[in-house]
Amino acid sequence: MAGRSLSRKWLAALVPAVPYLWLGVFFLVPFLIVLKISLSDTAVAQPPYKPVFDWNDIVGFFSQLDVENFELLVGDDLYLRATLSSVRIAAISTILLLLVGFPIAYGMARAPERHRSLLVALVILPFWTSFLIRIYAWIAILKPEGLLTQTLMGLGLISEPLNILNTETAVYIGIVYAYLPFMVLPLYATLEKMDDTLLEAALDLGSTPWRSFWTITVPLAMPGIIAGSLLCFIPAVGEFVIPDLLGGSETLMIGRQLWSEFFSNRDWPLASAVAILLLIILVMPIVIYRDVEARRLETER
Amino acid sequence: MTRRLSLFNVTSLVFGFAFLYLPILLLVVYSFNASRLVTVWGGFSTQWYGALFRNEALMEAAWVTLRIALLSAGLSTVLGTLAALALTRYGRFLGRTLFTGMIYAPMVMPEVITGLSLLLFFVAIGLDRGFWTVALAHTTLTMCFVTVVVQSRLMTFDRSLEEAAMDLGAPPLRTFFAVTLPLIAPSIVAGFLLAFTLSLDDLVIASFNTGPGATTLPIKIYSQVRLGLSPEVNAASAILIGIVTLGVIVATVLTKRSAARAQRQSH
Repeated sequence: MAGRSLSRKWLAALVPAVPYLWLGVFFLVPFLIVLKISLSDTAVAQPPYKPVFDWNDIVGFFSQLDVENFELLVGDDLYLRATLSSVRIAAISTILLLLVGFPIAYGMARAPERHRSLLVALVILPFWTSFLIRIYAWIAILKPEGLLTQTLMGLGLISEPLNILNTETAVYIGIVYAYLPFMVLPLYATLEKMDDTLLEAALDLGSTPWRSFWTITVPLAMPGIIAGSLLCFIPAVGEFVIPDLLGGSETLMIGRQLWSEFFSNRDWPLASAVAILLLIILVMPIVIYRDVEARRLETER
Repeated sequence: MTRRLSLFNVTSLVFGFAFLYLPILLLVVYSFNASRLVTVWGGFSTQWYGALFRNEALMEAAWVTLRIALLSAGLSTVLGTLAALALTRYGRFLGRTLFTGMIYAPMVMPEVITGLSLLLFFVAIGLDRGFWTVALAHTTLTMCFVTVVVQSRLMTFDRSLEEAAMDLGAPPLRTFFAVTLPLIAPSIVAGFLLAFTLSLDDLVIASFNTGPGATTLPIKIYSQVRLGLSPEVNAASAILIGIVTLGVIVATVLTKRSAARAQRQSH
């Protein structure tokens, strides 16, 4: 019996241990390696960096690490411009997502209750279809001889083909399209819980609909606005596929920069340094998010 | 209290859903286009589907992708369910904050970072890049999504059922298989499907970790798209959209049924 309870305890300990170990090996350790390689130098070798870790010469190994790559990143204004432009594109996209997503979430929250779960499912469904394919679909629409130009010319609204593809506008359209569910769902979750009698009371007391929207609806929806904005902003900063397929060569983004350092220039240490830089940019909003979440959970209690 | 939809609400819903669905719909429609020019309609034809199935490189890529998706989704379902149990049933354990952080981080982390870090890890331990490295990378990413899906179910369900089984003398393992597992099964299926589609869809992480003989469908599609639109890719996309739509419908029906059954039993 003692043996059985011991093996049971052992089994119980396995439940957290197995996924913990997995993430430690495949998530945490790789990060430390990125950090280490960002401090290394490029080498014409396999693997293309040095120093390579060696148990027998630990002192020599550490003495060869330096911050050269980071000096290069700070010194070369290409990376500064790419960073600023990523943050700017992600911020503008997030504002556009709020403008597009809010009316949709609001309409969903006001729809009859029996239709709401269907509406939620309809917002989630595109998320399940391939991201790459959804972006690909926009190439056919935005091309100069594409469907948007054809439609607008057919309606007589424009006389010249539109040149949207390979511009920053196309990147905004792509990000708004791909991330819309991430904005709509958190907004809907807060708007759905909102008490309508508050709005009625405001209207009864003579407030205009516009004013009650800003003084009641927006503050009450704030947790959803913040959650949705961060869910869109964070991945948008590091986006690669959308600027690569829809943006032009002048659309600078840090994720794209990392990709080309790695695949075109084969500069692994520099690519790692870009990854660390990107992480540092993203830690800020994540810390803010955690703080807001913690405060929200406290007020709910 | 009755809520009425204003004209503004209806308009924003109609435009919102049109925006979400029109591009996908157009892609499916144009996959039946007879013309080689992707954006000019030249009559109805299924020729690109035929061409797609005769395209050996694309078919090979599809087969690799399917195998990777099945393997990684299976592994990540087990790992994700264990992680969800650890987070909901184990209270505070050593390093819980780190554990939660590692669950949420891969989901918001830009894919370029996850892809690069895993690749550097595989190079450092001397594992040759190929089928296995992509599968392991996908497992790591998708297990976090499975954890969140299963965890949300575990948090809402009635603990008294588990307690009753234990009070009646069922050992923990037996309680899990007889009570907990059947109750959380729909969320495990949903987690598996989510992991499967995420793996099927991933371009960035697969590009970093792939090697000879392990070209996945998104990598193949991406390299073709860079050269220009191709009607065969339209056909491949339409098939993928069809599979996913069917999968989601089946999953919804299954969840609805099991929810209805659970309700009947509790009355």
